[in-house]
Amino acid sequence: MDLGIYRRRQLVNFWGLLTSMLAMAIGLAVLFWILFVLFSNGFASLDWNMFTKDTPAPGTEGGGLRNAIVGSLMIVGLTVLVATPVGILAGIYMAEYGDTSLTANITRFVTDIMLSAPSIVIGLFVYAIAVATLGTFSGYAGSLALTLIAIPVVMRTTENMLRLVPGSLREAAFALGAPRWKVSMSVTLRAAKNGVITGLLLSVARISGETAPLLFTALNNQFFNSDMSSPMANLPVVIFQFAMSPYENWIRLAWGGALIVTMAVLLLNILARIFFRSKQTT
Amino acid sequence: MVETTPKNAIEVKNLDFYYGKFQGLKKINLNIQENAVTAFIGPSGCGKSTLLRTFNRMYSLYPGQHAEGEILFYGRNILEKSQDLNLLRAQIGMVFQKPTPFPMSIYDNIAFGIRLYENISRSEMDDRVESALQKAAIWNEVKDKLGQSGLSLSGGQQQRLCIARTVAVRPKVILLDEPTSALDPISTSKVEELINELKKEYTVAIVTHNMQQAARVSDFTAYMYLGDMIEFGVTEQIFFKPQRKETEDYITGRFG
Repeated sequence: MDLGIYRRRQLVNFWGLLTSMLAMAIGLAVLFWILFVLFSNGFASLDWNMFTKDTPAPGTEGGGLRNAIVGSLMIVGLTVLVATPVGILAGIYMAEYGDTSLTANITRFVTDIMLSAPSIVIGLFVYAIAVATLGTFSGYAGSLALTLIAIPVVMRTTENMLRLVPGSLREAAFALGAPRWKVSMSVTLRAAKNGVITGLLLSVARISGETAPLLFTALNNQFFNSDMSSPMANLPVVIFQFAMSPYENWIRLAWGGALIVTMAVLLLNILARIFFRSKQTT
Repeated sequence: MVETTPKNAIEVKNLDFYYGKFQGLKKINLNIQENAVTAFIGPSGCGKSTLLRTFNRMYSLYPGQHAEGEILFYGRNILEKSQDLNLLRAQIGMVFQKPTPFPMSIYDNIAFGIRLYENISRSEMDDRVESALQKAAIWNEVKDKLGQSGLSLSGGQQQRLCIARTVAVRPKVILLDEPTSALDPISTSKVEELINELKKEYTVAIVTHNMQQAARVSDFTAYMYLGDMIEFGVTEQIFFKPQRKETEDYITGRFG
């Protein structure tokens, strides 16, 4: 037995482990640094006015983010209402109906391109087709842009989750004489439910911080507005504009808004994890 | 065995089956007698499951697989294009190797298949669910938890639930594809007892790796090897006086 070979392997193992730990530490350090800066600035600026007052005019004191929070909720809410059925149905088509057909393969290819398309391009696209033609920025245009970003995410996760459902379950449903739509809706989709919900939550998390597509579409609004056919305040754009402003209270609000968005995304991610975990236990 | 002119539920005539270019079954001929248990044995890959899956056209789910020849189900060739697959599968039920309870309550697992073809009242449905679970000898174990998920049951219970689900739609034929290979011995013997009960009302075809099981539960046995039907006959004859040397070698464990 040549102990030299073994010793050398131990050494390589040690260095391998050390470098990977180091890489992990750097990644985590950066993440915690970001969170630390955000939390210390964000919590310092957080107060009740943030939820009850609207964004202040330049030069005025105080103010809050009520209009931006409501605007974000409405824009994202409408996006979810549209993207969920479209994304899930398209995912069902790709996993259960199209499978390896040409249509499904093309759809899958285009979806993958859409998944990696820069969101600013999608913002510009919606600007061109919805804002420029109608002559006004609007909450609807913002929702449209976010929907275009969310649909491919929902589609792909739905398809992937449906593909994880064992073929035997599908066959068992067919063996009872169930037509394909019944098999898809009542059996496979139900079996993949938690995974699909996870995908939905992650897509919401993804779009709630998107700024670029909203800059060109929903724009911003200094006042409270629940009419989605006109420009609407929303958190990402308010953060973007306020953070670069010279006014001290605006910068404070930008930190507060950043904290709210981060917490919301964090919460969605935690929820997604809980849902995905409960899948494994049942 | 049965002396009074037995009727055939399924007659297979010159059946060839292809997975793409590969021929999985070669010129199969056999009759499956009504209200009897027919077992298919043979080493892995011999085509016994493939044959079973032609009876309910399960293979049609997969492009590239096709069958040639005739499979007569009470005189009607089910390989014809005009055959409606959903209606066929409602009449020829199937239970799989691994238990496959649907992700819904025990009650809904049974009601699922019934609702596909019948519109009945809640109380009638209750009766149908109960009788199906009774027939599958699992009623006593689940009657107090019909609302619980089918996934909460043990493996053996899940498999009997699947049998109940198949029975509930009142098929004429029940196909069992290695129904006990994922079960422990006690659950296996329960399922075997059940098969004996089932043949009073249904025609049963079972694929099994376990020769003792074939000998215990079946009236007729078919021995298959590499896509060929080597020997088919009354179970006693296959096991005690096989006509072909290949069958004898397999039965006695010298091969396979």
